[in-house]
Amino acid sequence: MSTPRSEAPRPEASRSEASRSEAPPSVAPRSDAPRAAAPRAEALRPDASRAGTPHPADLLYSEAEEDLRAAVRALLDDRCPPSAVLAAAEAGRPYDAPLWDTLGRDIGAAGLLVPEKLGGQGATAREAAVVLEELGRSVAPLPYLTSAVLAVRTLLGCDPETEEEVRGLLGPIAAGRATAALAVPLSTAPGGAPRPTVRADVDGRLTGRVTGVAGATGASTLLVPADSGLYAVAPDAAGVRTTPVTSLDLTRPLATVDLDRAAARRLAPADRAAAAVDRALLTGAGLLASEQLGLAEWCLAETVRHTRERHQFGRPVGSFQALKHRMAALWLELVSARAVARNAADALATDSPDTPVAVAVAQAYCARVAVHAAEECVQLHGGIGMTWEHPAHLYLKRAKSAEIALGTPGRHRERLALLVDVPAPTS
Amino acid sequence: MTHDDAMAHGDPGTGGSAEADENLRTGGGADTDGYARPGGGTDADEARRRVRELLAAHPPETTPRLAFLRARFDAGLAWVHYPEGLGGLGAPRALQAVVDAELAAAGAPDNEPRRIGIGLGMAAPTILGYGTDEQRRRLLRPLWTGEEVWCQLFSEPGAGSDLAALATRAVRDGDDWVVDGQKVWTSSAHLARWAILIARTDPELPKHRGITYFVCDMTHPGVEVRPLRQITGEAEFNEVFLTGVRIPDSARLGPVGEGWRVAQTTLMNERVAIGGGHVPREGGMIGIVADTWRDRPELRTHDLHQRLLRLWVEAEVARLAGERLGQRLAHGEPGPEGSAMKLAFARLNQEISGLEVELLGEEGLGYDDWTLRRPELVDFTGREAGYRYLRAKGNSIEGGTSEVLLNIVAERVLGLPPEPRADKDVPWKDLPR
Repeated sequence: MSTPRSEAPRPEASRSEASRSEAPPSVAPRSDAPRAAAPRAEALRPDASRAGTPHPADLLYSEAEEDLRAAVRALLDDRCPPSAVLAAAEAGRPYDAPLWDTLGRDIGAAGLLVPEKLGGQGATAREAAVVLEELGRSVAPLPYLTSAVLAVRTLLGCDPETEEEVRGLLGPIAAGRATAALAVPLSTAPGGAPRPTVRADVDGRLTGRVTGVAGATGASTLLVPADSGLYAVAPDAAGVRTTPVTSLDLTRPLATVDLDRAAARRLAPADRAAAAVDRALLTGAGLLASEQLGLAEWCLAETVRHTRERHQFGRPVGSFQALKHRMAALWLELVSARAVARNAADALATDSPDTPVAVAVAQAYCARVAVHAAEECVQLHGGIGMTWEHPAHLYLKRAKSAEIALGTPGRHRERLALLVDVPAPTS
Repeated sequence: MTHDDAMAHGDPGTGGSAEADENLRTGGGADTDGYARPGGGTDADEARRRVRELLAAHPPETTPRLAFLRARFDAGLAWVHYPEGLGGLGAPRALQAVVDAELAAAGAPDNEPRRIGIGLGMAAPTILGYGTDEQRRRLLRPLWTGEEVWCQLFSEPGAGSDLAALATRAVRDGDDWVVDGQKVWTSSAHLARWAILIARTDPELPKHRGITYFVCDMTHPGVEVRPLRQITGEAEFNEVFLTGVRIPDSARLGPVGEGWRVAQTTLMNERVAIGGGHVPREGGMIGIVADTWRDRPELRTHDLHQRLLRLWVEAEVARLAGERLGQRLAHGEPGPEGSAMKLAFARLNQEISGLEVELLGEEGLGYDDWTLRRPELVDFTGREAGYRYLRAKGNSIEGGTSEVLLNIVAERVLGLPPEPRADKDVPWKDLPR
């Protein structure tokens, strides 16, 4: 580290990993410890957190990942310029179907997380993260996060007994021929989703309402967590109504799903469903960090480009130190965001016991970076940044929505407090 | 990186000078000592063989420390990328890690690299790059073994971030140069045998020209070292007053008037050393505070909890960013992230140490010890919260102010237009001071 020799305490000298894991100071129960919270913290804490340091993740990009990035970026540069994104949003289309065909089917992105024997590419969260970086960079209106990540991950966690059913759903989704949406509010954080708002009656018909569902409009299957398990519902079946809501994010529209004795096929019983949904939410939150990184990168690059060209007071505005420092500070945040987003993707890919911590850190950090980058982009573009014509608003709306999606930074920090044993005061 | 060089660029008030930017290079990891070296036929096995030979001939348990270090230097295992005969093997720099690990495993003494960091990090590459053969042979071995401590006479009261504005004069007198001036922020000056020194030899030229680079014998008459006490109560640094100091021309490094270019070698090498190894989670100051939090429930408040969690996240983020930087360097991809890491650590250390004082409440009103001390190294963990808080204030100044680093990132990494430079072509003597 290029820190002054006097600066940081040398970890090996003072706080070796070994000494920390051997004698964690608060393992012994204390009378003043919060009674309710303590056992929960113990239960949640993975072996590698708190006292120990997880095995260092591979935080770089492989050649294959860079190849995938190049393919996705070339497609999006060509077919998804900001003007097209805006036009699609104004037209009220849930997503750009021809573009999705190319990305999901031809490039094979839709099936990255699906094992080959189930019709997918057998890749990992690391590759999916690279796709999401590029999708974030272009605020592409595509159901990648909702279908290829959240829905796919939910299905992969379903009951082996229903394997045939699950296979039947996964194959077309992995091939990019169908999309699915997990019917939970997009704001749901991993690590203790609220009880489902949908009930199944004795003959397996579903009734209830789920609000704020992303990717529901245009999906060919809805995956609905209900009190007695996870169900697959056809959106065009009787008793199913999907009502688009006017969303802050024009490029990831939300809908309300109303079910009234709707026919459904059960994919997993309640316990397994809860675990599958939680794993999906954890995966989604971890990978959303990469989308946020890509978004922030576009915002900074575009702001730098603009301020280099825009002259005021006889100089490029980008030569003024007050502005330069803000952009340099953003770059610093991006360097950090890339490291944590990669860490989360790698943890998910390797099924590291540190995954909950890695994801919570990534979301607590990257969500803020994306919002900050988008807000700076608007501000440093001056009046232009406030116009409908300039794409900055698409990025701001996506960034602010993504900050709430899959858990706000505050929710992730709260979870972290349990995971790494930094407990809240008892009163 | 050391205090002095740090302070060499370290005046927040002038944080934007273009000159200062020239002093600093982003990134690191490349061999930037300006010395062309052979590719080197030494591989890891060969290096290990040489280590075994050294250990066999000089068993660490029976060889006196200094004798071992000298033997290690003579075996070319001091800095393997240096030329043979000068403590190296002309081998790739990466082999050093292999050598260090083998020697550490054998219980061999090291040369306390942190204690002699200025010599190792700044003086040595400059001597290697610009010194005469005689200078290299005389100076490098005792520098590396730590027998001779080095300090750095760059910064001046009037030339911090704007280092090229320096005013210390060197006037030619026969075979000598006569030096008069004042330097500041000089750590180790009270221990140092030698200093690297830059002085103005031609005030008629613009400020970047007319500077010459010397090796200064700190035992010479006219060199006066005074402790400079700082806000912690300690005196880590010194002021150095140079009055009629005679430096022989044979102690010049590089051509007359080319001192700025030579100084680039020194300053670029500041940033090359990127610490190996993995920092553990909670490995920095955050671990101290988190442990206090765990051990002292009575201190907890909701407000502090929120802030501590934020800082915990940021510390973990910085740890991972450092980890990623290390992985990139190991892959031979030197990036500009070194500057980013320095900025991040400075801010984090300051915020975390500030929170720690606040967390301690009534205890935070105390201070461990105001006695004047002269530490060789800064020990953040060995002292209390108030010390950490005050000392961390230097983190955004030493080694390049955060303001200067942000300018560098903006201009070198993002390609934003430079600040206007009003003084570039003005003779130094005509500059307002």
